Amino acid sequence: MFRTLGILIKKEFLQIFRNKAILAVIFVMPVIQLVILPLAASYEIKNIKIAVVDHDKSTFSRELIRKITASGYFEIINYGESYPQAYQEIEKDKVDLILEIPNNFEKNLVRENNEKVLLAINAINGTKAGLSASYLAQILQNYNRQIQVELAPETENITKTSGLEIVPQFWFNENYNYRLSLVPGILAFLITLISGYLTALNIVQEKENGTIEQINVSPVTKADFIMGKLIPFWLLSMLAFTIGLLVTILVYGIQMQGSFLLLYGFVAVYLIAILGLGLLVSVYSETQQQSMFVVFFFMMIFILMSGLFTPVESMTDWAKYIAYANPVTYGVEAIRMIILKNSSFKDLLPHFGFISGLAIVVISWAVLRYRKTN
Amino acid sequence: MKQLLIFVQKEFYHVLRDKRTLLILFGMPVVQVLLFGFALSTEVKNTKIGILDQDKTQISAELISKINANQYFDVDKNLKSINQAENSFKGGEIKMILVIPQQFTENLILGKKIQLQLITDGTDINFANQIYNFMSNILMDYYGQRTLQSFSGVQPEIRMLYNPQLKGAPNFVPGVMALILLIICVLMTAVAIVREKESGTMEVLLVSPMKPSTIILAKAIPYFILSMVILISIMILSVTLLDLPIKGNLILLFLISTIFIITNLLLGILISILTDTQQVAMLISLVGTMLPTLMLSGFMFPIENMPVPLQLISNLIPAKWYYEIVKNVMIKGTGLEVIWKQTLILFAMMALLFVIAVKKFKVRLE
Repeated sequence: MFRTLGILIKKEFLQIFRNKAILAVIFVMPVIQLVILPLAASYEIKNIKIAVVDHDKSTFSRELIRKITASGYFEIINYGESYPQAYQEIEKDKVDLILEIPNNFEKNLVRENNEKVLLAINAINGTKAGLSASYLAQILQNYNRQIQVELAPETENITKTSGLEIVPQFWFNENYNYRLSLVPGILAFLITLISGYLTALNIVQEKENGTIEQINVSPVTKADFIMGKLIPFWLLSMLAFTIGLLVTILVYGIQMQGSFLLLYGFVAVYLIAILGLGLLVSVYSETQQQSMFVVFFFMMIFILMSGLFTPVESMTDWAKYIAYANPVTYGVEAIRMIILKNSSFKDLLPHFGFISGLAIVVISWAVLRYRKTN
Repeated sequence: MKQLLIFVQKEFYHVLRDKRTLLILFGMPVVQVLLFGFALSTEVKNTKIGILDQDKTQISAELISKINANQYFDVDKNLKSINQAENSFKGGEIKMILVIPQQFTENLILGKKIQLQLITDGTDINFANQIYNFMSNILMDYYGQRTLQSFSGVQPEIRMLYNPQLKGAPNFVPGVMALILLIICVLMTAVAIVREKESGTMEVLLVSPMKPSTIILAKAIPYFILSMVILISIMILSVTLLDLPIKGNLILLFLISTIFIITNLLLGILISILTDTQQVAMLISLVGTMLPTLMLSGFMFPIENMPVPLQLISNLIPAKWYYEIVKNVMIKGTGLEVIWKQTLILFAMMALLFVIAVKKFKVRLE
């Protein structure tokens, strides 16, 4: 039995290595993407473009504007005459937000100790809008304290010795390096994408070319056949993962916090599950195009609902169930946890549990279903 | 002309014969637009946080309940010591810890300086930054209310334009639209020519008297019609189920979508011409277009924050321009006076791809 399996694996490898283009897709494309894409993925918002409509043009309003520019988050693009005029700049995407300082700004501030400014933000991208508002609120807080001292110098000593200081600490990522969070996640996704596609396409290709008929009339058992497909792709995927991990460590200088054994242990099981899913699609599809579309359909859902780009916490309740049924959620999280947080096997029990369960289900399903079609 | 029509008809039969693929082609975008339109959002809500209260007074309890009352955060765990923090982060249960120091209340009453520590799980730094900012605003607000009663200073009155509830859909739906149209169009045509090569029917086309441009056109037209139907169904869904009004000119939106669709179909044809097997064609169109479009088209991550070389690369991605157009026309309701530049660029991309495709196709024939 092992001899047949050995021959099948050898045959599969010969076929894979004959096709140079596939090899490039497996090994070169992920590396390029892993090197380039994480550079793109930052919400670290700077240079928010702002239009100022200053109706007051007083010392106080100028000081507020100076403080906003000095913060480094904002870049004043335009001094508008009126709100409608500034609004046109938002329409044209030239600015992200408008700050309107009312008439008598200084007077009201001196006399009544309080005043409102209008902040109109382009909120199509809610995250950016929320962060912009939050940065401006912090600047205003500082400004208020400074004004308070200016208006009532006797409070200066109190202000100096009082105040709330918030000390931020980003654990596991002290240097606030956003690549650290993205690279392991993208690595997890890329190996999912590649291994999923490889198997999904492979059996269908044999169906389309008719070579599967030959296997079917040969004495090769179904389990042998499935294993003969699974093992070579599993080895290739493990190799692709290793190359990706090397890029992670060498190019991005990300230090491995956890154990390699645990990481490889997880990835080994994870890849079996993903390859199994690919096989399952393959078994059900009639043409390569079909299986490609089906895999694409699931991959889109897998990636967008995995918490890699938008946090699972923010999803609506029913969507959370989809995220928790999504293998990529576990893959991204586990790989991140091991590489960055040195999480232990115990921490990863839910991940191991879900992924091994999935692997067993999809592979037995694929074997059973494959038998029926004959 | 007649020749072309007959050829288009033949291609149509090919497409329509495969019922299962057709079902997948229509079902997929519909499900995805709905799913992502409803589910995706970068809003912060109900984030689980832990609090290490070393003060344990009525005042600190009041602060905690104030934080808990906020929709952004759920106070999940009352930690006993800082040693517990690391394990909670490692297990992934909580995302942030607020440390309230001893003598918090005392210092607050006496008006002395207070230091609050906010420890965040930095493994997802974008999210960590967001919740850090929200939390410090809540804390600053609380502090301001308790201490500076006589002086409130300048307060912002915030107006969130186009999306007052800060929903995810106005941002994600145009992006998902661009992504789905791109991938469906590229994939469909990428396979079209390669399949003929693989099955050997290409030889027949080679000896026929048809011009390369006719063959390309005939291959693209059925898929173009399919893509338009998909576009219309996505639009209907966004308006009816996702409550996204089309504020701008519908005809303009369709015309530009047409340019975008043709651009993608041509991209697929080009891939098709340059590859020899379906497998490679599909892998290139998927692995090569999906992630770059997702990340560089501007709907996931703001382009202006990217390093300059990436900003330049993003200009080559048709979906970037289309996304800007859809966002402007659909959500903001602006017209051609704002988006003429993007439209022109898309148009130029389409023309360029057409010329390259026809040229390359000829080369392969000889």
